[in-house]
Amino acid sequence: MVDELTRLDEGALRAVVPRVLAGLVRRGEDFDAAEDALQEALVEALRVWPEHPPRDPRAWLATVATRRLVDARRSEAARHRREEAISAEPPPAVTEEGDDTLFVLFCCCHPDLAPASQVALTLRAVGGLTTREIADAFYVPEATMAQRISRAKRTVRGRRLDQPGDLAVVLRVLYLVYTAGHAGRVDLAGEAIRLARQLTLATEEPEARGLLALMLLNHARLPARVDPEGRIVTLDRQDRGLWDTREIAEGVRILQSALAVQRPGRYQVEAAIAALHDDAASAEETDWPQILAWYDDLVALSDDPVRQDPAAVLGRAVAVGHVLGAAAGLRETDRLRDVIGERQRWHAVRGHLHERDGDLPAAATAYAEAARRATNVAERDHLVRQAARARAAAL
Amino acid sequence: MPKYLLLKRYRGGPEPHHPFPPMDQWAPEDVEAHIAFQRHVSELLEESGEYVDAQALTPTRTWVRYGGPDAAPVTTDGPHPETSDLIAGWYMIDVESRERALELAAYVSSEPGPGGEPLYEWLDVREVMSEAPSED
Repeated sequence: MVDELTRLDEGALRAVVPRVLAGLVRRGEDFDAAEDALQEALVEALRVWPEHPPRDPRAWLATVATRRLVDARRSEAARHRREEAISAEPPPAVTEEGDDTLFVLFCCCHPDLAPASQVALTLRAVGGLTTREIADAFYVPEATMAQRISRAKRTVRGRRLDQPGDLAVVLRVLYLVYTAGHAGRVDLAGEAIRLARQLTLATEEPEARGLLALMLLNHARLPARVDPEGRIVTLDRQDRGLWDTREIAEGVRILQSALAVQRPGRYQVEAAIAALHDDAASAEETDWPQILAWYDDLVALSDDPVRQDPAAVLGRAVAVGHVLGAAAGLRETDRLRDVIGERQRWHAVRGHLHERDGDLPAAATAYAEAARRATNVAERDHLVRQAARARAAAL
Repeated sequence: MPKYLLLKRYRGGPEPHHPFPPMDQWAPEDVEAHIAFQRHVSELLEESGEYVDAQALTPTRTWVRYGGPDAAPVTTDGPHPETSDLIAGWYMIDVESRERALELAAYVSSEPGPGGEPLYEWLDVREVMSEAPSED
């Protein structure tokens, strides 16, 4: 019972983090100091709320954080902590929730920051995660992550934060959080979805909805993607009964609302491709001609796709392989040799196409080449298995 | 409790107990058995309270050194990449004694290879220096 209460409070707590932070910064507080004060208030809330639940969590946090800021200025923090934690009272002006999320996201995804810093700052200031949780998720010492965050905040300090930022950067950062997966104790993919959902409340931009749809449509397949022994299961072999149909339905609905605006972008197109995979009752029923048509759209978004978006060209090569034959698909990958010929995925795709083409020795060699270039243990093991399987079948 | 690093290699080290092909040329069931054994070792170390860290390294290596003032770093992949030592990864363990470290290393080396036979792979066992001065 107590545990349940704590967890509930934590969810409510984290949802209001960016709103409180935005309120403090808008009032003229320094972003760096305000974020520190809010982090302290959060830790305090986790301690106090289970026994003294606040009437208005947001006001409580704003008040406690404000007192922390005042205390920090007076350098006599410790003495008052106890009393104020319990007697915190509401004042603040109410602003629109979506605006605040966007505002803080733009701060955290400032273009002057390196991607790793953007990700860390976003998870702390918008996601409300603690430094320790973020450190765990990326397998670095807590002190390292603390330093990364404070350096990032120092970089952002003094920048004008009242200008709208670059939404494309925010989308990229959220997608980075998503693809970082669910290492450690924190489900980063789930966190990215939560943040993307908040973002779609804050902007009408269809690409924000496209990104949320893409995440949902991929995340729906997660339960089938790894078997109980930790082995990667490729899309064509997944137990589709394990896919999350509710997530798929929501992803499709959000994608449709984005496409209706008729301002296509890469996340919407990638979501459409994911939706077509999710829609097939079996691998054989996959609508590859439709997928290829979407890949044509994706590739057309770049002037020089081979150089600017080789991942899209490579994905398209797979679709070509399924629609026009494996040999045609392999020819498409040839165009990429100079650009990504040293990458794991290029070799893995060629292994797949050689296998479809019936050339098992070539498939085994390509998979082995891919395994040598893998930078992830699960993927390396998967590719070694693919190579061994193809070689054994060729005998 | 001393810490030890059990280093595994892609190549280098003493004369191998017996030659064996790269893993992508093994029978699929031998690959499975090998990978399952590695997972089992990590679980065993965690259960015994001796696990500190385990990491795998990619086989790509670049040597690099200071290039001098206002010069780019100097890099090379050579000179003899086929014969030199190439570390593949490690277990770091925190154990009671050097004997225990050797015992665990020998167990790791019993990992199954082609035909399910032990690989008898050489492991490099190195003690990690502690930070704090010893009390005396």
